[in-house]
Amino acid sequence: MEYFLQQLINGLTLGSIYGLIAIGYTMVYGIIGMINFAHGDIFMVGAFVALIVILGLGLVGSSGMAFMLLALIIVLVVAMTFTSVWGWTVERIAYRPLRGSFRLAPLITAIGMSIVLQNFVQITQGARNKPLQPIITGGYRLMEGSTENGAIAVQISTMQIVIIVTTFLLMLGFSLLIAKTPLGRAQRACEQDQKMASLLGVDVDRTISLTFVMGAALAAVAGTMYLLYYGVIDFYIGFLAGVKAFTAAVLGGIGSLPGAMLGGILIGLIETFWSGYFSLEYKDVAAFSILVIVLIFLPSGLLGRPEVEKV
Amino acid sequence: MASAESLGSASDTRSLGEQRELEAMREAQRGEPPRVAQSAQGRSWVAASVKDAAIAGFITAALGLFFLGLTTDGPSGPLGIHTRWGALAIAVAIVFGVRLLLNLFLFKNPNPASTAFSGIGLPAAAISGISKTLGMALLVVALVLPFLLIQFVPGQSRLYIDLAILILTYVMLGWGLNIVVGLAGLLDLGYVAFYAVGAYSFALIAQNFGLGFWLCLPLAGILAAFWGVILGFPVLRLRGDYLAIVTLAFGEIIRVVILNWYDFTNGPNGISGIPKPTFFGLEFSRGEDGVAAFFGLEYSNIHRFVWLYYIILGLALLTNFVTIRLRRLPIGRAWEALREDEIACRSLGINTTNTKLTAFAIGAMFGGFAGSFFATRQGFISPESFTFIESAIILAIVVLGGLGSQIGVVLAAIVMIGGTEALRNLQDVALLQTIFGANFDPVQYRMLIFGLVMVVIMVWKPRGLVSSRTPSAVLKEKKRIGADLVAQGEGH
Repeated sequence: MEYFLQQLINGLTLGSIYGLIAIGYTMVYGIIGMINFAHGDIFMVGAFVALIVILGLGLVGSSGMAFMLLALIIVLVVAMTFTSVWGWTVERIAYRPLRGSFRLAPLITAIGMSIVLQNFVQITQGARNKPLQPIITGGYRLMEGSTENGAIAVQISTMQIVIIVTTFLLMLGFSLLIAKTPLGRAQRACEQDQKMASLLGVDVDRTISLTFVMGAALAAVAGTMYLLYYGVIDFYIGFLAGVKAFTAAVLGGIGSLPGAMLGGILIGLIETFWSGYFSLEYKDVAAFSILVIVLIFLPSGLLGRPEVEKV
Repeated sequence: MASAESLGSASDTRSLGEQRELEAMREAQRGEPPRVAQSAQGRSWVAASVKDAAIAGFITAALGLFFLGLTTDGPSGPLGIHTRWGALAIAVAIVFGVRLLLNLFLFKNPNPASTAFSGIGLPAAAISGISKTLGMALLVVALVLPFLLIQFVPGQSRLYIDLAILILTYVMLGWGLNIVVGLAGLLDLGYVAFYAVGAYSFALIAQNFGLGFWLCLPLAGILAAFWGVILGFPVLRLRGDYLAIVTLAFGEIIRVVILNWYDFTNGPNGISGIPKPTFFGLEFSRGEDGVAAFFGLEYSNIHRFVWLYYIILGLALLTNFVTIRLRRLPIGRAWEALREDEIACRSLGINTTNTKLTAFAIGAMFGGFAGSFFATRQGFISPESFTFIESAIILAIVVLGGLGSQIGVVLAAIVMIGGTEALRNLQDVALLQTIFGANFDPVQYRMLIFGLVMVVIMVWKPRGLVSSRTPSAVLKEKKRIGADLVAQGEGH
């Protein structure tokens, strides 16, 4: 029981990170119907920006809690800003010239941008792992119990709380943004019918750009959290995290914001429970198998709208 | 947010510039002189060019700040930040300069320089003739290439033959994937799985049963085709991007299983000591019963490379021949019908299940052949050779060449693989070292340039390098058709 609860907490934390990345995929897919393959690498870029800001501020684990939270906000804001510029640039260079072209063309440029980003970061930042001392430490003991292997305690670390709370707040903020603001309305209009939206005075290009900016900002948050949670990053983290986040987006129903979050949490839980109870090596296989099974039996995902095929 | 908005307006002016460019081009085609800009207008476009270039430079500064300007790269030990403001300044200057030149001469110029070239362009009929002649010419060159290389670059012929083998392997993989993506329109992002199945089937059969290359080759092909059907079954109902992501997942699953199944595949250590192909039972060795002794030649290890070259050339040509033939059979026409419209296909009584599965199986079979060739050429395989990036490279070759175009795959493979491998030869160029410093190593920029070329070719020619297709069924006369009339890779 204690073990189960502990895995649940770990799974939720991992799932929140996946969910934040998945939102970027799902928004872009919803609005222009393409897989933004470079999104995982935007997440990686975000993690690197955060790493440099943390090193530059000289943060260490011994500082006080309030100071740490303030510093974290600064790190997040800088990472979000600069990663957004990357997201915007990728869209401007690789996707906008191909708007209205055939479907595979932007997919190929997306894969190309992914290769470019990975190798650019590898060249400029070096290929070796970047370890970081944990800066947000401490935690709470929720429960204690004993098993045949000895005592076991359910713990939640401060970092895990920060991740889950930040994700929840961002999710709330973005849902409101989509539901209430003119920008959100423009995005939903573009999602339904781009041509009609542009006839009614919505600047489609600008809306799509802003979608990429928002996705990149969320990916930067996910990158920062990943860096602080795992404490080590390299230039290659974007690929696997990206594929899993895309899996999450598809699982939740692509195009749906709550679906992306739900899918992210599910993928995080599946992965954690699989490695906790079965085998660590095959955790990726588990996540992908779930994807295959869901798509076969529920092709539009958990919360997605079924696609009606018309002739 | 604010920067994005101001840039949004900047890009609007750019699209205006493009419109003007289009107008000017149209006028040039009509034979009228292009409009001459008035002086007031002239000043405004120069000012707009400078402003736009300045914005581009500013963006570059923002992009590069955390990667070029500040870096954590350095000697081992605890992480620290080093600065490289010089590199950042150079990058900003380059982007500003290039953007300014482009603006002044192309995007914002009332008389863009590109109008001068607009008359140069071949009519479609000529292109059709050229691609046919080009195909024949490439075939002839490919047939005699090893002898040419031995004759003209004796010192480095082994290196070049090896490169040719690599390019041909990708040509073959491209042609194999072309069946699935180009003909049947099923978007497959996990093609490397079949490449891996072929390589591991050959390696394991050879190791456990002691069979040679020629016996294992068909077995590996059959096994890969079998896996093509197994992986094809679950995805029959999926369309488009869902199909893409599931095939990607399958590719990763197979790789992870190979990586972790120590007892069977030896895990990350891979399999070594894979036998080399024999020449009709003769080995390429120094001994009495080697090929060289049999034909009375002086022993040289180049013979084996030449033989490998002809094997992969033969396999690739076989793939091409089978594809061209299959296109004219009912099954090939069913593939193309499936690509164009699945619903219409089904209402006409075509069994879409069989059609999809045969496409997967035949595509996978050629992937398997290529995989066993890869295993025998390397003599060593490990899961590292079968990552997603390989699938991406193969798909990129197919799409960049022009989906469904056989000659396009060859051109794309030569440009992408040959071009990036050519960087290795730049290592010794003294000029580059004096510009970029003594530690400059072009090889590490290989994949970066590969990715950039992918983006640039796609933006320049979204339909691929060869943008016309041969119809498979014709009435009276065979005409080439534009690629944009064909539903390609829509992934039904």
